[in-house]
Amino acid sequence: MLIETRDLRKIYQVGDTVVVALDGVNVAVEKGEFLGVMGPSGSGKSTFMNVVGCLDQPTSGQYLFEGRDVSRLDPDTLAEIRNRKIGFVFQGFNLLPRATAQENVALPLLYSRVPAKERAERAMAALKAVGLEGREHHRPTQLSGGQQQRVAIARALVNDAAIIFADEPTGNLDTRASREIMELFVRLNEEKGITVIVVTHDPDTASFSKRIIRFLDGRIVADDRNGGQGA
Amino acid sequence: MNGLVSTFRIAVEALWVNKMRSFLTMLGIIIGVGAVIAMLAVGEGASRKISQQISTLGSNLLIVLPGSVTSGGIRMGSGTQMTLNMADAEAIEKECPAVEAVSPILNGVAQVVYGNANWSTGVYGAGVSILTIRDLALTSGRPFTEQDIRSAAKVCLIGQTVADNLFGDMDPTGQIVRIKKVPFTVIGLLEPKGQSLMGQDQDDVVYIPITTAQKRIFGTHFAGMVRSIMVKAKSADDLPAAESQVNALLRQRHRIGPKGEADFSVRNLTQMLQVAEQSTKVMTLLLGAIASVSLLVGGIGIMNIMLVSVTERTREIGIRMAVGAKIRDIRFQFLVEALTLSFFGGMIGVMAGVTASWVITALAGWATVITPLSIGLAVGFSGLVGIFFGYYPAYKASLLNPIEALRHE
Ligand SMILES: Nc1ncnc2c1ncn2[C@@H]1O[C@H](COP(=O)(O)OP(=O)(O)O)[C@@H](O)[C@H]1O
Ligand SMILES: [Mg+2]
Repeated sequence: MLIETRDLRKIYQVGDTVVVALDGVNVAVEKGEFLGVMGPSGSGKSTFMNVVGCLDQPTSGQYLFEGRDVSRLDPDTLAEIRNRKIGFVFQGFNLLPRATAQENVALPLLYSRVPAKERAERAMAALKAVGLEGREHHRPTQLSGGQQQRVAIARALVNDAAIIFADEPTGNLDTRASREIMELFVRLNEEKGITVIVVTHDPDTASFSKRIIRFLDGRIVADDRNGGQGA
Repeated sequence: MNGLVSTFRIAVEALWVNKMRSFLTMLGIIIGVGAVIAMLAVGEGASRKISQQISTLGSNLLIVLPGSVTSGGIRMGSGTQMTLNMADAEAIEKECPAVEAVSPILNGVAQVVYGNANWSTGVYGAGVSILTIRDLALTSGRPFTEQDIRSAAKVCLIGQTVADNLFGDMDPTGQIVRIKKVPFTVIGLLEPKGQSLMGQDQDDVVYIPITTAQKRIFGTHFAGMVRSIMVKAKSADDLPAAESQVNALLRQRHRIGPKGEADFSVRNLTQMLQVAEQSTKVMTLLLGAIASVSLLVGGIGIMNIMLVSVTERTREIGIRMAVGAKIRDIRFQFLVEALTLSFFGGMIGVMAGVTASWVITALAGWATVITPLSIGLAVGFSGLVGIFFGYYPAYKASLLNPIEALRHE
C-alpha cells in the first residue's frame, strides 16, 4: 500500500472557533492508482492533499506512507520524503518567477545534492517528457498557462517521484489546456506507473480518474471505483 | 561545494533583481568599512610619525631649560632668563653617574653666506658630544674635536637643507662660509633627518663649537651663559635616575632650598613623545571604535533589507520547501545573501577607505598608513556583521510553514 490513513484528523483553531478540516479520514491508495478527489469548496480536499503529501501534519490519527508512519516526523525528514518521493502540482503553478523553465524543473535536484551538470541533463529530460523541448530557457511569464503547468509537472517528475499530487491543476486553464494536462497525467500514470492524485471540483477533469473519492465536511462520503470512463 | 556555488549564484541573482536596494544596503557597509580603514590609517600615520620622531630626536635625552623667573610679581615663561652656564654643564657631566654625555647649547638664528648665496638658519653652539647626544651621523667630513671647543675654532657642521641652499650639488666640506660675517670652515655634512613632528625641517641647521658661539656669534652679557643643556642618559632605564640627579645637582649649585622654586627645568623629551605616542594609540582605537559604529549601523541596514526580502519572497520559500528544501537549506540561502551583501560591501569599502586615506594625505597633509591588519580587521568585522545581522532573517525564513508560505500572495 502506498498511502494508508487511519482516522486522520486535522483541526484548526482560529480565535474561539474550531474548524475540523479533516474529521476521521480512512483511505488506502495503491501504487499505480489514478485517484480523483472531489467535493465542495471547504470540504477538506486541500487539507487532505497537504497531509498525505507530507507538507502538513495531522492533528491526530495515523498516516502510513509506503508502510511507514510519517504522521509525527520532523520537518526536515518530511522535506526529504517530499524531495525523493513526491511531486506537487498546484492550481497557481508555483514556479519561481525569475528562474527559467529548466532551472525551475531542476530545483528539487538542488536539494538532493545532485551535481550541476546532472541537474541540467535530468531537467532537460523531464521537460522533454512533458513536451516542452525548446522552451527550457523561457521564464514562466514567457509561457502560456498550460505550458507553465507542464513545467510544474516536469518538476514533479524530475526526481523520479512515486506519486504526484495535483491540487486543482486545471483550475487556471482553459478547456483545451485542461484536457492536455489531464491527458499528460494519464500518460504518466499508464506509461511510467506513477501514482496520481488529482483534486478537482470539475466533473470533466475528474472523469480521467479510475477512482473518485468525495469529501464533505472533512469526511469521505463516497469512494467510487467505477470512474475512468475516459473522455 | 556544489550546493555552495548554486546558493551563491541564487544569492547574487536575488540581489541583482533589486540592484538599487542592494547597493544602498551595501553602502552602509561600504561607509563603515571605509571609515574604519581611513580612521585607523590616520591614527597609524600619526603614531608612526611620533615613533620616527622619537628615533630622530636622539634616544634617552633630557633637556635642561632655564626656568621661569618671577620678576616684580610677573612670572615669565620658561627660558626667559639665562640661568644656566657652562659650569653647570660640566658639573652634570662629572657628577651625575647616570649621565653618559652632556652638551651645552647656545643658539639663535643667523644669516649664513657662501659666495653670493645666503641662507637664514638656526645656528647651534654645542659641545663635542653633540653628535652622540642627538644620534646624528655625518655624510662626509669629521665631527668636532676637544681642540675645536677649547680653542673656539671657527668650524661648523651643516645640515642637508643648508648645504642644498648654499652649495647645490657641491660637497661643502672644506669650504668657507660666513656666519654673521665671521668666516667658518665647513668640516662636515650631517646625514638628513627629515621633518620633525611639528613639521620642522631638522636638516635646516648649523652646529658650531659652543665657545665660538659665545665669543663670536651670540655674545651675551654674562660670559659662560648657555641657553639650554642637552643630557644623554646611559640607557633608557637610567633616564629617571639621570633626571633626579640633574635636578638635585642643579638645585644645590643654584642654592635652591627644598621648598624653593627651581630656576630651571629638566624635560624628558623621549618620555613626552612616548606619552604622545600612547595617547595617539588610544586616539586611533577611539576613532576606529567610532567608525565601527557606522559599520554596525550598516549591519542593521542589512538585517532590515533581509527581513523585507524574506517577507517578499515568502512564496518562493514555500515553493523551495515543497520540493524538498530543508530548514538549513533555506537558512543557508538567506545567510549567504546577507554575507554576499556584507562581503561585496566590505571589498568596495576597503577601496573607499584606501582612497579616503589618500585624499586625507593629499588635502590635509596628514600621514596615513594602511596596515594589512586594519584591512583584515575591517573586512573580518564586516563579515561578522553580515553573519550576525543576516542570521535572524534567515532563521525566520527557515521557520516558515510551507503551506502558509505557498498561500502567501
Ligand atoms: N490554515 C488554516 N487555518 C484555519 N482554517 C483553515 C486553514 N486551512 C483550511 N482551513 C479550513 O479548513 C477547511 C477545509 O479547507 P480546505 O482543505 O482548503 O478545503 P478545500 O480545499 O476542499 O476547498 C475550510 O473550512 C477552511 O476554512
Ligand atoms: Mg482547496
